[in-house]
Amino acid sequence: MVNLKKDNFIIANKKFSSRLIVGTGKYKNMMECAKAIKLSGAEIVTVAVRRVNISNKNKPLLMDYIDPKKITYLPNTAGCFNSKEALRTLRLAREIGGWKLVKLEVLGDKKNLFPDMIETLKSTEVLAKEGFRVMVYCNDDPLMAKRLENSGADAIMPLAAPIGSGLGIQNKINIQIIRKQTKLPLIIDAGLGQASDATIAMELGCDGVLVNTAIAKAKKPFDMAVAFKNAVIAGRQSYNSGRIDKILMGNPSSPSKGII
Amino acid sequence: MKKIKKIKIRLNGKIKSIIYDYKLLDLLKHHKIALNKVAIELNEEIIDKKKVNKIKLKKNDKIEIVHFIGGG
Repeated sequence: MVNLKKDNFIIANKKFSSRLIVGTGKYKNMMECAKAIKLSGAEIVTVAVRRVNISNKNKPLLMDYIDPKKITYLPNTAGCFNSKEALRTLRLAREIGGWKLVKLEVLGDKKNLFPDMIETLKSTEVLAKEGFRVMVYCNDDPLMAKRLENSGADAIMPLAAPIGSGLGIQNKINIQIIRKQTKLPLIIDAGLGQASDATIAMELGCDGVLVNTAIAKAKKPFDMAVAFKNAVIAGRQSYNSGRIDKILMGNPSSPSKGII
Repeated sequence: MKKIKKIKIRLNGKIKSIIYDYKLLDLLKHHKIALNKVAIELNEEIIDKKKVNKIKLKKNDKIEIVHFIGGG
């Protein structure tokens, strides 16, 4: 059996054993969210920073369902459309309780939700200087990925396809180029639709995947959480095992010698 | 009877009327907000949570209290 224990996933000097990161949005309720996370085996979850509901104090709190001491909270800037908003959000996130590991996501268009890479790059520089450990959502563009790396990013997180689209990895070549050029953790973020998409990401050499909608909005979120867990493990094992070369013609599996 | 002086502040986007010498800590207590689960901005500046008992609220102060919720 392959020893996956030695194959640690390291982000910003912190060791994780699960390579699946999951989002905590779009679930029917907190209980469903917490159970799906448990089943997925994820050790890191993305969370959003929003106003406390002053008028309804009985609203269930995320921290009451997912213990931040057991699961690493990754504050995210989802919904921010410029550097100023993103920086404000993450500075506040840090203040809640010392969160330095964050996910930066600066969007540029309300319809396709593609990242605004100019604002993203600016924000990465500032955050890295302020001592944040920044995991950066980005386009699947090798040049931009390189620039992010040079600006102090701790992980490169290219999209597979638009956020929530479920389209799966659209540009395998670019992902492979980014894999070849960087030693930073490479995590596919956004656009996955089914478990096999995660396997493909892992087989391309990615270090992890981040999934939210594909699990939360599946008809059976709990089963899909398990499927993604297994898919990520399978993809990683497959990648580490070294696939065979592709050839154009057939190559028989049985020896031709001794045929009667 | 002595009339209690009140001032208006903006809390998470909503106008609230509070007692004149209210401190930030009083406001948090009034709304049963657990300090260890939130971050606070006063007039767009992040507040050191250790100092909430010393900050006196003024007229037209803008307070934002945020926490973590589910997100992608």
